[in-house]
Amino acid sequence: METNYAVEMKNVTKTFGSTVANNNVSLTIKKGEILSLLGENGSGKTTIMNMLAGIYFPDSGQIYINGKEESIRSPKDAYDLGIGMIHQHFKLVDIFSATENVILGQEGKERLNKKAVAARIREICDKYGFDVDPDKKVYNMSVSEKQTLEIVKVIYRGADILILDEPTAVLTPQETEKLFTVIRNMRAAGKAIVIITHKLHEVLSISDRVTILRKGEYVGTVDTKDANEMILTEMMVGKKVELNIDRKEPENTVKRLEVKNLSCYNKEGRLALDNISFTANAGEILGIAGISGCGEKELLESIAGLQKTARGSVIFNDPESGQEIELIGKNPKAIKNLGIALSFVPEDRLGMGLVGSMGMIENMMLRDYNKEGVIFLNKSKPKQVAEAIKEELGVVTPSINTPVSRLSGGNVQKVLVGREISSAPAVLMTAYAVRGLDINTSYSIYNLLNKQKENGVAVLYVGEDLDVLLALCDRILVLCGGKMSGIVDARTTTKEEVGLMMTSIRKGDTKDE
Amino acid sequence: MSKAAAVREPFIRITKRDKMPIWKKIIIYVVAIILALAVSALFIFFVTKLNPIDVYKTMWQGAFGGITDTVKKLHRSVTIRDICTLLLLGVALAPAFKMKFWNCGAEGQMLMGGVATAFMMINLADAGLPNWLLLVIMCVSAVIFGAVWGLIPAIFKAVWNTNETLFTLMMNYVAIQITSFCVAKWENPYGSNSVGIINQATQVGWFPTWFGQKYVLNIIIAIIATVAMFIYLKKTKQGYEIAVVGESKNTAKYAGISVKKVIIRTMIISGAVCGLAGFVGVAGVDHTISTSTAGGRGFTAIIVAWLAKFNTFFMVAITLLIIFLNRGASEIASKFALNEYASNIITGIILFFILGCEFFITYKMNFRKSAKEA
Repeated sequence: METNYAVEMKNVTKTFGSTVANNNVSLTIKKGEILSLLGENGSGKTTIMNMLAGIYFPDSGQIYINGKEESIRSPKDAYDLGIGMIHQHFKLVDIFSATENVILGQEGKERLNKKAVAARIREICDKYGFDVDPDKKVYNMSVSEKQTLEIVKVIYRGADILILDEPTAVLTPQETEKLFTVIRNMRAAGKAIVIITHKLHEVLSISDRVTILRKGEYVGTVDTKDANEMILTEMMVGKKVELNIDRKEPENTVKRLEVKNLSCYNKEGRLALDNISFTANAGEILGIAGISGCGEKELLESIAGLQKTARGSVIFNDPESGQEIELIGKNPKAIKNLGIALSFVPEDRLGMGLVGSMGMIENMMLRDYNKEGVIFLNKSKPKQVAEAIKEELGVVTPSINTPVSRLSGGNVQKVLVGREISSAPAVLMTAYAVRGLDINTSYSIYNLLNKQKENGVAVLYVGEDLDVLLALCDRILVLCGGKMSGIVDARTTTKEEVGLMMTSIRKGDTKDE
Repeated sequence: MSKAAAVREPFIRITKRDKMPIWKKIIIYVVAIILALAVSALFIFFVTKLNPIDVYKTMWQGAFGGITDTVKKLHRSVTIRDICTLLLLGVALAPAFKMKFWNCGAEGQMLMGGVATAFMMINLADAGLPNWLLLVIMCVSAVIFGAVWGLIPAIFKAVWNTNETLFTLMMNYVAIQITSFCVAKWENPYGSNSVGIINQATQVGWFPTWFGQKYVLNIIIAIIATVAMFIYLKKTKQGYEIAVVGESKNTAKYAGISVKKVIIRTMIISGAVCGLAGFVGVAGVDHTISTSTAGGRGFTAIIVAWLAKFNTFFMVAITLLIIFLNRGASEIASKFALNEYASNIITGIILFFILGCEFFITYKMNFRKSAKEA
């Protein structure tokens, strides 16, 4: 009976310092099935799979591969056992072609024979329905192509057990569907597949069984056919959760931010924003959708005064004085000095929004340490803010002086969002505000944003989860490759429409402008 | 057999540990020093055939003791004097390093401060100024020269993003050339190719002797600089800006901090304190100027700054250790007729063990057996 299982993990425990990432977790993966590994962030999904892939070594517990106890000490051991993992962050060499990336790190004489490798890649592609051009350089590939290449790479190396860590996070709905098709083909070929995810609808549509982890512990495994969103959420969170976003009709909307013909170049000199025009209203959430790298980062940074622009203007309508103020050409300090409360939650939390080595208090000061005093820092107010945020958003930290880089991703995000909201903004820009947050916290962030909207703040929400964008926003601006595909009404549009606009400029729209 | 090996877990695994309580850290350091002394003892015994205990005793005497009271006093004051200068340089590097600006130019910045000091000392010797005023003038000019030497690489870094490590290193050689030019110009007596003791008879521009001690002013300046820099980095807005820029330039821009301004301002401060060290070195210690006035201490200061994790108070302890080792090493070199290399090896072994502590403080070793029991 044991031979049925491709993988059996028994009582596996892994700790990092005093944090227990996995506590006594046991799970099984059958051959020819798709297992979803479901859990909130920090529940230990990735850790347990990293132990299977040889990246971490368990503190205790046994791993059986095809019924035999094995010790996986390195990724190479994992490969030898036929285990391949596709990480969230791709591990590809940009300037190499697909073939060269596949050869990389392989032993044997094959590395000299690129043609043979390319031929085998094509063979694999035909068998499972992948779409990879062996000669294409990685830097010319889209995210979805890169991911496909990663999968081809592990199959080429003879993997029978595939682990995909949040594979759909960076894909459009159409690309996700394509990915699921090849995953089903692989299942048909008898491979064991694990998908790490926290998107419930994907779990339900692709997997055969679902294993749920919570806070590093094994909660249970259910057959997908017996599961629904309610059951899964409850197992994941440990209690019943209301998954509702209370979206009110926008009231008293007035123009707050007018972006006109905005264009800019990125660091590589490519046109990152091409003639973007829109209006963001006070008392409204404007969603911004697009594949990552479509210009969403540059757009927010241009408004915040962090990105040099080539053309165009951003007019801020001051709610108090009624004045129209041009933001282009001003740096963040100048904008702040004008009394414009522009809050910005950047995508790169520790690289831009926060200082990792500092505690919560010092991070609270980041935006207005200059306001009070002449020479010395005033830490009493930031301390109050830090304590309030810790309390209200439930930030888990040993102390408000603990460096924020030691906190988990979700808590880091709470600190950042909390600070940006605490300054009573007129405009609130958020880039992937709930990335890495668990369901509970995500919904509390949505509620916070909705509250801001009701308070008359103009909210710009860059998001990746289309379901959330449709449920949270009032209007959605869709970007594609730096160009505007259009603005749609979030209440009437569909996921498919937005997904399509994300990948192709709607004809007609661009001509009209 | 290979199968058995495959099932076994690796012999040693290294994991990061949580913050360690301070007493544990101190124990690790003490153990490291004892181990270092033991290893050095083996070296001393097998290579030089000397009694290690005697050698250590001599090291201690070289730094803090002596056979007679006069020698003891001399040793101690020399040790304190050297600590002051090195500490100043370490303190000077703290803000730059905290900003992740790798200022390897303390040597040159100190030399430039020394040159300015010597220039004022020589040219204002007969001006009839009160000594305190002359000292102030010398100090200010030294600080300005040091600051300029720090400012130049800072401007290039801020505007054109040049590599500050290379730039500051090269500036050292320029400073050395300028110094040797000045030495040639000011040489006294003529043809000696050295400046000689400046104002030896009048002692104009020398640090005054207070309470029968020659180095009181050195100590005062070092203490003030240490405390002031600590407060500057921890309590002021500018110190906060330095920390933010050091962590991430993007975060600094996001917070509305002008990165260029902070780089330039911080390097002016760093260079200025190096210049101050030059002033102390020339007016308070050597009373002359030569290309070896800095004597490599600008580089030793890098070790000081790093080992102290840029905390100026820890720097006091680190400089104490380094100067103790230096003084002790030169004492055993002369007393046992060893060459400098032998004593350098002992110093090296001790520093190696201290640096090794960092590893054990940050990481935990899990051996195969102990992990299974746990």
